Amino acid sequence: MQFFVLAVTLVVLTGIGFFFGRSHALSSVSGRARNLHSLPDYYGWYLALWCGLPSFGLFLLWVLAEPYLIDVLVINQMSAVLPDKWAGSSDLILNLVQSLAAGHTVPGEATPALQEAADHYNALKKTSFAGLAAAMASLVAAGLAWGLRQITPGLRARNQVEKVLRWLLVASATIAVLTTIGIILSLLFETIRFFQLTPFWDFLFGLSWSPQTSIRTDQVGSSGEFGAIPLFTGTLLVTFIAMAVAVPIGLMSAIYMADYASPKIRNIAKPMLEVLAGIPTVVYGFFAALTVGPFLRDVGMATGLEVSSESALAAGGVMGIMIIPFISSLSDDIIAAVPQSLRDGSLALGATRSETVRSVVLPAALPGVISACLLGVSRAIGETMIVVMAAGLAAKLTANPLESVTTVTVQIVTLLVGDQEFDSAKTLAAFALGLVLFAVTLVLNLVALRVVQKFREQYD
Amino acid sequence: MGKQETNVVDVRTPRVSIAIPQGEKGDNGQAGAAKEKPLKMRTQGVNVFYGDNQALSEIDLDIRENEVTALIGPSGCGKSTYLRCLNRMNDTIEGCQVEGTVTLDGENIYDRTVDVVHLRARIGMVFQKPNPFPKSIYDNVAYGPRIHGLVSSQDALNEIVMTSLTKAGLLDEVRNRLHEPGTGLSGGQQQRLCIARAIAVNPEVILMDEPCSALDPIATARIEELIDELRKNYTIIIVTHNMQQAARVSQRTAFFHLGVLVEFGDTERVFTSPRDERTQGYITGRFG
Amino acid sequence: MTVSHMSTSKLTAASLHRRHAVEKRFRAYGVVAIVTALVFLIILLSSMLSKGYSAFFQAQIRLPVFFSQDVIDPKRTNSSEIIARANYQILVRNALKARFPDVKKRREVKKLTMLISRGARRHLRAMVAHEPSLIGTTQEVWLLASGDADMFLKGAIPRDIPEKSRRINDRQIAWLNALEEDGASRRRFNVNFFTAGDSREAEQAGIWGAIVGSALTLIVTLILSFPVSVTAAVYLEELSTKNWWTDFLEVNINNMAAVPSIIYGLFGLAIFLNVMHLPRSAPVVGGIVLALMTFPTIIIATRASLKAVPPSIREAARGLGASPAQVVLHHVLPLAMPGIFTGTIIGMSRALGESAPLLMIGMVAFIVDIPQGLFDPASVLPVQIYLWADSPERAFVEKTAAATLVLMVFLVVMNATAVVLRRKFEKRW
Repeated sequence: MQFFVLAVTLVVLTGIGFFFGRSHALSSVSGRARNLHSLPDYYGWYLALWCGLPSFGLFLLWVLAEPYLIDVLVINQMSAVLPDKWAGSSDLILNLVQSLAAGHTVPGEATPALQEAADHYNALKKTSFAGLAAAMASLVAAGLAWGLRQITPGLRARNQVEKVLRWLLVASATIAVLTTIGIILSLLFETIRFFQLTPFWDFLFGLSWSPQTSIRTDQVGSSGEFGAIPLFTGTLLVTFIAMAVAVPIGLMSAIYMADYASPKIRNIAKPMLEVLAGIPTVVYGFFAALTVGPFLRDVGMATGLEVSSESALAAGGVMGIMIIPFISSLSDDIIAAVPQSLRDGSLALGATRSETVRSVVLPAALPGVISACLLGVSRAIGETMIVVMAAGLAAKLTANPLESVTTVTVQIVTLLVGDQEFDSAKTLAAFALGLVLFAVTLVLNLVALRVVQKFREQYD
Repeated sequence: MGKQETNVVDVRTPRVSIAIPQGEKGDNGQAGAAKEKPLKMRTQGVNVFYGDNQALSEIDLDIRENEVTALIGPSGCGKSTYLRCLNRMNDTIEGCQVEGTVTLDGENIYDRTVDVVHLRARIGMVFQKPNPFPKSIYDNVAYGPRIHGLVSSQDALNEIVMTSLTKAGLLDEVRNRLHEPGTGLSGGQQQRLCIARAIAVNPEVILMDEPCSALDPIATARIEELIDELRKNYTIIIVTHNMQQAARVSQRTAFFHLGVLVEFGDTERVFTSPRDERTQGYITGRFG
Repeated sequence: MTVSHMSTSKLTAASLHRRHAVEKRFRAYGVVAIVTALVFLIILLSSMLSKGYSAFFQAQIRLPVFFSQDVIDPKRTNSSEIIARANYQILVRNALKARFPDVKKRREVKKLTMLISRGARRHLRAMVAHEPSLIGTTQEVWLLASGDADMFLKGAIPRDIPEKSRRINDRQIAWLNALEEDGASRRRFNVNFFTAGDSREAEQAGIWGAIVGSALTLIVTLILSFPVSVTAAVYLEELSTKNWWTDFLEVNINNMAAVPSIIYGLFGLAIFLNVMHLPRSAPVVGGIVLALMTFPTIIIATRASLKAVPPSIREAARGLGASPAQVVLHHVLPLAMPGIFTGTIIGMSRALGESAPLLMIGMVAFIVDIPQGLFDPASVLPVQIYLWADSPERAFVEKTAAATLVLMVFLVVMNATAVVLRRKFEKRW
């Protein structure tokens, strides 16, 4: 809330800067705007940027860094006071301190030490806020003074403002790269720590996955087992089932829509498929767990088959439904991009529509269709909610779609949701799985996007 | 203004137009003599609508066997639309409606009992822009025979492909790269490949929709020679923008204007003494 | 040659029958594919509707409640504090006992009180606090039925299954039947569902907390992703020349659109929570993570609508001496705005439906309070659905499906807005 007030104040000050700059420029040429190099507004923007930009940068930096700095300070101050039993559980203490500081009652021990820390925490926050406000105010003042001194009739305000604007645009675009780099670094960093605890080869080629580290270290199997092969096979099985549902249905729908359907039917069917695409995955997951899973189990019971109610078939099948519109709309675009002249050529030779589609259109569209399928696979591998809700937790090495399997994404969620101590192999394993997931989908995406791009260039 | 421009064109293209008319004149003489050549196709009272727009009205036209019939006229006059009526390619266009009768050997091709697939096997088509399939040269030519089940052995198929490429005058240029993609050929070669592809099905009639408009003069000359050659075995209907071309390759010419067939007759006659002043205006370059 | 034409024609005709059969079959595959997809959609929607619509109604039971002075304020202090602290559960129990005098055993009484929601005492307390003169009187009060009783009264628990496998026993059924016969049970629109936060008791659980959480999160997402993605798109489409750097940016953006959402969650957990120590479960962190995910969607939509503005307009503006920035700000961007808004709404609707990354940053906690600010712990609608879907009780199944319906209504409204916007302002150049 305080930050909000600060931000609003800054915006207001920037606005004032704008008018100040504008009027200053105008008065410097005694109101004759033609004598200025740029339009008066640009002088306003010029000054506004000098006022707002530096302190906004500071504001951002402060907001992002403050929690960390305060936490470190509080922990340092406390480590001297606290009894040994707290050593190493700094996250827990911080949680307690923060809730105390926010005025909540803390279960159990609101020891004087904790209370003191909470007060310290609040004091730090106050100081920090005051410091920020002061620093920002002085930056605004300095910017204002400097900017005003710069404003002369000859100042090329428009060029300056546009230069800043351009750099802001570049900065925006760079966020894409920063995010990718951030993802890679954060995953890599935690994964390296994981491999310090668990050997690389055991992870990648181990056949047994049971990450349950016990609470007491002296228990058997306390370290857990992190052989990820069952997760990979489980993911592949579910993905395979999903693609077995999505590819034929999606592709045939796309062909029908592009080459057969009348505009009327297309106008009905296309939005319907888009609705299917717009349904949140959590809804699919609920549908799989609530309707499809039990339905398959009942069918299995009726036919004497043993079907787990969390079968790979249920999760994969529903995931397939989710991917149908994805495949169909991508393939539809691709198939529609095959030039009409090729179809005409084939039809004029007396080919039927299906012959035209199969021997001319599809071969021409093949690269695009394949990359649509690759993107579909990438999506299936990374899909989380459906499998979390409808697939199992136990890592089994099986190819039977009627049994329950677990996937990489399910394990990431189970490892990270709930209470966690951050340095355990269990938590770090989730990041290792995440890195594998990221790498695989990255390769699939890059290949698919490249192929589609080539395809489009061919017919543009 | 328009007249001057046409004059310029006339002056610029004599090389091509002089080379061929020599043979052409003789042919024309023959065509004149063989006026009684049997009727191949006949259209009566053809109207074509695109939605609410009428593109063609009341077209009556007779096409005779083993002749080249040229359809000329300014852009948007309906000549391509008419051509597409003849093998029912208009069926593939949304909202296009054809009225009247079009007969092939006396049989109405718009009759319910007529199978479009069969019809199109009998009436081949070559398009404005060369459109080889993204397959090998061989597969492009073999496509038609394969889908229609014309051959029972690989040898027979090879023979058809070779004959068709020979007839299209392309074999010598592609003999060593039959299995390379047809899209790698030059524009003129691609168009001849499309012609080879069309004649591989052994059609009775070949429709050509401005087959040279995307080609350079030399490639155009080769296609024109080819058309003249093909006339012996096939009935050819060609849409063209280029009046010299119509004069060079065709025996009969039909002039379309604003969806109406203005004039139809022996090519020589239409070009030398047009009866309608619109025809006169068009061929002298006053409009179009 | 004519002979040869004839034989060709015959050969062609010979295979026609088979070829048309193939054609018909192929066409049928297409129809089957589309119909299958639509059937899936219908099954899914109708399954949610049939399971969820009943949650919009709630069973209530009428009891004559005696507001006993001895229970509420035995010392007659009339102090609001004492009144607020009294044990109103006793009133409920007494009322039930009065209604069914033959129930004596402790366990039976307990079963009996389980028919009424634990929220009933809060209701009674509110009544007394509002109107202290009720003390000492007996009032007919409609009380909320418990989740299980609610399910039974709605007919969601079949009476013919064995007693052991239902959550409500024969005795309770008999009591409920008796109440029903008296006309002492009714169904009312479930206002609570739209105004309350989460609860362990199905009959008291509502989605308002989740809706507020979603709204707060989406505000952060919008504030961050809209300006950043529009400026990035303008840079890429209008103000940059194609070189390795823009190619690299483009690959990055396209890839960002295809990275699994859970990876963003891991990223958020590692960077925002563990490095920057931002609060867990807070809309601000959820908003940042979703903003990163929405970023490519808006960029791609913005670029498409910038591309659709014909170059002639840019040339005209440039011809009048406008600077590149002026060309974009005065001419191109205003013309592209409808498309940009459409893309933004679609991006927001995706963000609204997203849940996986939010699980990673702790928005999956059980949160009763309605979040008041960006740093308060909160949940969002889809995560609320996930949480409820995990509960085994039948009453929560109904709530889950109902929450799903609410979520879908939001999505439909957003997407419909986008479609209308596109239809209304779409320009064909």
